[in-house]
Amino acid sequence: MEQVFFYIFAIVAVASAIAVISVRSAIHSAFFLAICLLQVAAVFVLLRFPFLAAVQVFIYVGAVMVLFLFAVMVLGMGRESFGEKFHGQSIPALITLAVLFVMMGLLIFSGKLTAPGGPYTEAALAHNTELIGRALYTQYIYPFEVVSVLLLIALVGAIVLVMRDKIRVG
Amino acid sequence: MLTLTHFLVLSFLLFLIGAAGVLLRRNILIVLMSLELIFNAVNIMLAAFSYYSGNLNGTIFVVFNITVAAAEVAIGLAILVCVYRRRQTVYVDELDEMRG
Repeated sequence: MEQVFFYIFAIVAVASAIAVISVRSAIHSAFFLAICLLQVAAVFVLLRFPFLAAVQVFIYVGAVMVLFLFAVMVLGMGRESFGEKFHGQSIPALITLAVLFVMMGLLIFSGKLTAPGGPYTEAALAHNTELIGRALYTQYIYPFEVVSVLLLIALVGAIVLVMRDKIRVG
Repeated sequence: MLTLTHFLVLSFLLFLIGAAGVLLRRNILIVLMSLELIFNAVNIMLAAFSYYSGNLNGTIFVVFNITVAAAEVAIGLAILVCVYRRRQTVYVDELDEMRG
């Protein structure tokens, strides 16, 4: 049963990801990206991380998608013709992607990527939201504070970058 | 029964599609969206390894990753709007002022 849902989510995610990079209109790309991000949230639920799924939906499907749609509308992009879509380095790019495909396929199916056992058993992980909260506010409190400062910098930086008038100093 | 390989293959496919978008498309907005696909592929892989190894550190890195991605998108789109105002183009191969 779990597997059936995984395949549904995975197929929709991969199909919408292909649609993101292949449709002509940027606004359609943005909506397909939202579908793909929702499927990733569902995959997090299958991995039994409800907190990650909630964060994914709030931040990606909420905030990031609104930013993308806003940018598409500000820039006023219409449809692109086929020739406009891809640039002149397509052949080397395709070779690179083919090499990447073969290398990562070999890596995954060689069976060498295994997960070693860690400190938590599956039963302990059942209440993992609480464990994540504890770790965030104890062991990872310093990165947590750094990330909040980073968000503040991003907020101020984005406003300063798009401000039309020059800032008067002094 | 889902295994680690299921999630690895999904993550790998999303990463490959994202890389294809970054390398092939000319529209810089689509390139940014493809970057988000790559971020998500990495997040799936971190969460899968975290779950199957019974270790929560990977999960916490996913949370930080999502936050940093949000900051990256905010700054990236602000830069994009600035570039568009100055140059009236969103195509990556036309933004070649700094070419040697």
